[in-house]
Amino acid sequence: MSFPAAVLGTGQTHHVTKRADVSMAGMCREAIDRALEDSGLTIDEIDAVVVGKAPDFFEGVMMPELYLAEALGAIGKPLLRVHTAGSVGGSTGVVAANLVQAGVHGKVLAIAWEKQSESNAMWALSIPVPFTMPVGAGAGGYFAPHVRSYIRRSNAPMHIGAMVAVKDRRNGAKNPLAHLHQPDITLESVLASQMLWDPIRFDETCPSSDGACALVIGNAEAAAAVEAQGKKVAWVHGTAMRTEPTTFSGRDQVNPQAGRDAAAALWKAAGITDPLEEIDVAEIYVPFSWFEPMWLENLGFAAEGDGWKLTDKGETEIGGRIPVNPSGGVLSSNPIGASGLIRFAEAAKQVMGRAGAYQVENARKAMGHAYGGGSQYFSMWVVGSERPE
Amino acid sequence: MSTPEIAVVGFAHAPHVPETFGTTNGVEMLVPCFQQLYADLGITKTDIDFWCSGSSDYLAGRAFSFISAVDAIGAVPPINESHVEMDAAWALYEAWVKLLSGQAQTALVYGFGKSSAGTLRQVLSRQLDPYLVGPLWPDAVSVAGLQARAGLDAGRWTEREMAAVAGGDIESLLAEPYVADPLRAHDIAPITDGAAAIVLAVGDRARELCERPAWITGIAHNIDAQALGGRDLTRSPSTTRAAAAATRGETSFDLAELHAPFSHQQLILAEAIGLSPETPVNPSGGALAGNPMFAAGLERIGNAATAIISGTADRTLAHATSGPALQQNLVAVLESEAR
Repeated sequence: MSFPAAVLGTGQTHHVTKRADVSMAGMCREAIDRALEDSGLTIDEIDAVVVGKAPDFFEGVMMPELYLAEALGAIGKPLLRVHTAGSVGGSTGVVAANLVQAGVHGKVLAIAWEKQSESNAMWALSIPVPFTMPVGAGAGGYFAPHVRSYIRRSNAPMHIGAMVAVKDRRNGAKNPLAHLHQPDITLESVLASQMLWDPIRFDETCPSSDGACALVIGNAEAAAAVEAQGKKVAWVHGTAMRTEPTTFSGRDQVNPQAGRDAAAALWKAAGITDPLEEIDVAEIYVPFSWFEPMWLENLGFAAEGDGWKLTDKGETEIGGRIPVNPSGGVLSSNPIGASGLIRFAEAAKQVMGRAGAYQVENARKAMGHAYGGGSQYFSMWVVGSERPE
Repeated sequence: MSTPEIAVVGFAHAPHVPETFGTTNGVEMLVPCFQQLYADLGITKTDIDFWCSGSSDYLAGRAFSFISAVDAIGAVPPINESHVEMDAAWALYEAWVKLLSGQAQTALVYGFGKSSAGTLRQVLSRQLDPYLVGPLWPDAVSVAGLQARAGLDAGRWTEREMAAVAGGDIESLLAEPYVADPLRAHDIAPITDGAAAIVLAVGDRARELCERPAWITGIAHNIDAQALGGRDLTRSPSTTRAAAAATRGETSFDLAELHAPFSHQQLILAEAIGLSPETPVNPSGGALAGNPMFAAGLERIGNAATAIISGTADRTLAHATSGPALQQNLVAVLESEAR
């Protein structure tokens, strides 16, 4: 039995390098209060809280949601803590939506965050583990060979990655909450930036951010109450999660099966046969610029080897056939544990008509996407301005 | 609303050992559990629609320990999977929600913990408020000792009643020295490495897989504030709320499996749930006999379900806890008849 579920409101902090003015509690509550205000609800009206963040080692607190339970408004309520690597923000949204779809709760708060200034996240991702060859080069070093392989397989011209960086940073400049504001960035300046992990340059790399994102998901009754106030909600049309192991014989790390399977399940759940035609805007997890064309193919927006052509023709710009990351994306803000939920929230904002200066005109169906681990964890959703049939 | 029938159809757990030579990602302990479940139920991994696990990176001393645990599954082709940084009892809750929403017919839930990898009582102190409490490094046994002392001082229980929870010759137990006053060795769960797994199934699929499924007729969880000085440590309001939602006031059970890593906590829980004094508690031995972190709560559900599956009980209760001094609690009711 599945009940309708809708995003009633969203809230985010202004993502920055270091929030020295607040601890995790204050940062999370800022996002929560904004999401509640956007939903027209109070914390007392929330039935349950779903918490997501990436490894506890990033902030140095074991299961921090326990000590944060009061700040998160969870006392006397059910609280779930999700952790699915970098995809966790997305998974948090999926679990919150499932609670409503299952008919367990009427109003659920999803909150995800990372306060990366508490440690060095890049190196925390490179801890040697038993029976696995240590990379010792951070996330960029891990993913650079995948990018090189993509370029070789697709014969993509070398400027594609820089194009994505220019687009996302210029989009981010329109988003008051984005960490990086670089309205004057150019293809030339990106191509002149330092090479970090060949072929990934400094300007093609996500920042390390402190930030939180919250959203409220409600049932049909709660959605009707919001709509009665003349505000739009974002109906959940479908969700999907898939996982595959880090390594196995024959694994395609450039175009992972788990991502393809998750997308296929998502499009089926949302009743979508041609995503390029039917999806109006996509918020896709692109921490290194080249992942835009890679994920466009993985998700079925383009045939294998053709993703870069959409980027090259400007089709992923606001106003293009499939605007990707109008909010500026992960390339403009990356509080890791929150980044997936930010994608989900930005997709919702587009179909709710609340994306401000980066609003995609007439956005009716939007996709939010997150991935994590070694390109092995995927969570995604489709939200729409209309209630699904 | 018509609630789909959801049942526990299989349970397996690794041996409770003081120290496994396996890795902190649990693979060596999990693989035999999965194999036992596949054999018992006559299924393979492809029969599982949804997977969900519970574990802790802090226990493993590394980020993303649960990713390596996926290697126990052999997730090729890819699987529909999720993970909670909690005891796997909450992973079972997430799986129950997934089945309830109609998105899956079967689920395999697992939890694992290698408590011996570090000094558990110190590791758990990292769960405390990192500004005001954590820097004092109050270890988990001492925090539980504060709770036990509060109950003794308030006249809520005696050291004799605490010893009776552990069982055995009470006089000789009380003659033992304190480990952390007022806790003696018998009041404290042992350090245990372990893992556990449960298979859930819906309606007729459950009946196909199991002659006598243990139907989950109620399940709920709840959390209290953490601040040790800000709450009455001798009571567990979150358990009461979860129990009220899960039992709907019907508190007669053939047995109850309570996740109490310290003897006095069993007394708090039995009262918070409203168990009658006649209800047998923890025939399995409970966490005091074996406490694999992040799996022990799931094992309570597994043991309560096994009593129904094997036909020795018709209605059982299971409880799981998380956080310092019973901060967060889950209660499940299992029955031989679906509702």
